[in-house]
Amino acid sequence: VPELTYLQAISDGLRTEMRRDKRVFVLGEDVGVYGGAFKVTLGFQEEFGSWRVIDAPLSETAIMGGATGAAMMGLRPVAEMQFADFVSCAWDHLVTVAAKQRWRAGTPVPIVLRLPSGGGFSGGPFHSQNPESSFAHIPGLKCVCPATPEDAKGLIISAIEDPNPVLFFEHKHLYRRIKGEVPEERYLTPIGKARIHQAGDDVSVITWGAMVYTAAEAAAQLDGVSVEIVDLRTIMPWDRQAVLDSARKTSKVLVLHEDTRTGGFGAEIAATIAEEAYEDLDGPVKRIAAPDCPVPFSPVLEKAYIPQVDDVVRGLKELVAY
Amino acid sequence: MATGTAVDVVMPQMGVSVSEGTVTKWLKQVGDTVEADEGLLEISTDKVDTEVPSPASGVVSEILVQEGETVTVGTLLARVGGEPGAAAPAAPPVEAPPEPADEVVEPPEPSGNGKSFVSPVVARIASEHGVDPSQVPGSGTGGRVTKKDILAFIEQGGQTAAPAQPAAPPPPAPPAASAAPAAAPTTAGSGESLEPMSAMRRGIAEHMRRSLDTSAHVTSAIEVDMSKVVALRGKLKKEYETAYGVNPTYLAFVARATVATLRDYPWINGELRGDQIVTHNYVNLGFAVELADGKGLIVPVVKNAESLNLLGMARGIADVARRARDKQLTPDDVAGGTFTITNPGGYGTFHGTPVISQPQAGILGTYAIVKRPWVITDDNGADAIAIRSIMNLTLTYDHRLVDGALAGRFLRDLRERLQTWGESDY
Repeated sequence: VPELTYLQAISDGLRTEMRRDKRVFVLGEDVGVYGGAFKVTLGFQEEFGSWRVIDAPLSETAIMGGATGAAMMGLRPVAEMQFADFVSCAWDHLVTVAAKQRWRAGTPVPIVLRLPSGGGFSGGPFHSQNPESSFAHIPGLKCVCPATPEDAKGLIISAIEDPNPVLFFEHKHLYRRIKGEVPEERYLTPIGKARIHQAGDDVSVITWGAMVYTAAEAAAQLDGVSVEIVDLRTIMPWDRQAVLDSARKTSKVLVLHEDTRTGGFGAEIAATIAEEAYEDLDGPVKRIAAPDCPVPFSPVLEKAYIPQVDDVVRGLKELVAY
Repeated sequence: MATGTAVDVVMPQMGVSVSEGTVTKWLKQVGDTVEADEGLLEISTDKVDTEVPSPASGVVSEILVQEGETVTVGTLLARVGGEPGAAAPAAPPVEAPPEPADEVVEPPEPSGNGKSFVSPVVARIASEHGVDPSQVPGSGTGGRVTKKDILAFIEQGGQTAAPAQPAAPPPPAPPAASAAPAAAPTTAGSGESLEPMSAMRRGIAEHMRRSLDTSAHVTSAIEVDMSKVVALRGKLKKEYETAYGVNPTYLAFVARATVATLRDYPWINGELRGDQIVTHNYVNLGFAVELADGKGLIVPVVKNAESLNLLGMARGIADVARRARDKQLTPDDVAGGTFTITNPGGYGTFHGTPVISQPQAGILGTYAIVKRPWVITDDNGADAIAIRSIMNLTLTYDHRLVDGALAGRFLRDLRERLQTWGESDY
């Protein structure tokens, strides 16, 4: 089984689907000649031609509107926002039209919207956000946040096959840093199924995306504490059963995410645990998340902003001792 | 042993899971003479209500637990025997505790606020195992009892810490160590009146709630033309009653056909145990029996119902129903069911959605037989409207194990058996 980076795994999945299904095409800013800002689609235009790898004008509204129309006419667009932050320009087409079309008129809208998200490299307030919870709140949209190369490939393929608009949040900080074995053949990773990153008995961490690795590093620093890490993989739909099973097993839960705290998706998870597993809790459901402010430029401030390994170690210790 | 030392009467152990019972009625009073095995008192547990027979002949010399009191298994209830006059002085003064305290329980060390907070999971485990959380050494923040602490405590045999002797007042607990605050007493509003739940009512409430929380209840219904059974019963009734003293009820017919049909549907006669599907090569058939005044319900079980013909089934049902109403059931009579039949049709209802008796996978409901205009097809294929005796049957099943199609086929086969019932079949 070959080792691929997280970024190569996304390219691999995308290429697999484009080879297999002529309806699948890519559009976005600089995705063609330049191969994408992060080179996910490098070489795609040479292989698939400029009609299937379309360089769009600098207008997220146009990209999203075009993708919506193409999907309604039977194609399978994979649109890229150069940075997830820019999706706010596409809000109306995405939220008002694409998310609701199926419910208004019965038309499937099989769009994949690739959203390079997350911070950790001084990208500042416009190039570092994790806006997944805003879209998880919109009925009709699915939100996928893979953490491993294997899941990145399996989930981009599932996202392309899905008849609904799927937002594919790919964490930029994982692109070249994370490597892993990725099967060469085509496979689907189910949307809505969590993955147990590591099993444990004493305390659960519920997380997704880059924070899976932060949690794992923190867990490794704790002696004699058995930490279970649940990687949600997709947050809409999300695997309530896996989360509740883990909560019932350990009775202590830490919810960890890189997005800001208030109204973040962790709040939904914590509330669900309180509702459904109340009688199994042996401590408060704890959240670790970014503070409620934009992502700072300064490396020092950004480190203070994004949850770090030390923060998670501290949170886990408090919860274990409780 | 009509004379000699008095014989103790204790709260009996009515099955392994029963830990306490309530004295509902004394059938004899102090000074009354009682024969061995004659009923002495009635008790109520969360499983059954039953009579406690006297262990000896003699005169009731002492009654130590009054009606309405709930005590743990093994608690001394009364003494029987000795001569009426002589026994009393011989008996130790009542002030002495009836049994020596087996250990002196040190009151827990008073601790900070942390220890008095009981987390939801600890509270649940404590109530499930009858443990007082304030007796558990706590290792959490501020001495709070954690889930691990209470599990370790129970594993070391700390469960069901013998409650204080009923005769002795409990030692005053340090205020900080009191566990969860006692629930505020329920008070009756204007125009309302209060009555305490009986142990059976509490048991029913717990079981019904737990069943709905456990199984995925789905109900399917089918209409059965009972004309053949009605005709056959008319013929058999007199013979059964004169020859055997048994009434061949419709319920017995349905039960017999159900048992025969269950043979082809082992999952409906099965249960889920963990992630295993358990099937049985026998049918222990439960029957929901209403007790007097609509104040209770019990499900006695006819064991090995697959070995009974119609007569045996009718007799078995009559036997458990009578014993249920006379409070003669033992815990064994209500345990081990694999499938249940409930018969609310006696009052004319034509449909219902019963609750499964855990851990079974299904419950059959039988409803009123009513004469209805019914389309029948004669031998020449012509349709006609006839007056037929129609009964609805429902199968409520646990969809975790039984799918709708399987339930449908079961009901179809059961209908077929009842509609084609011949005298020689059973």
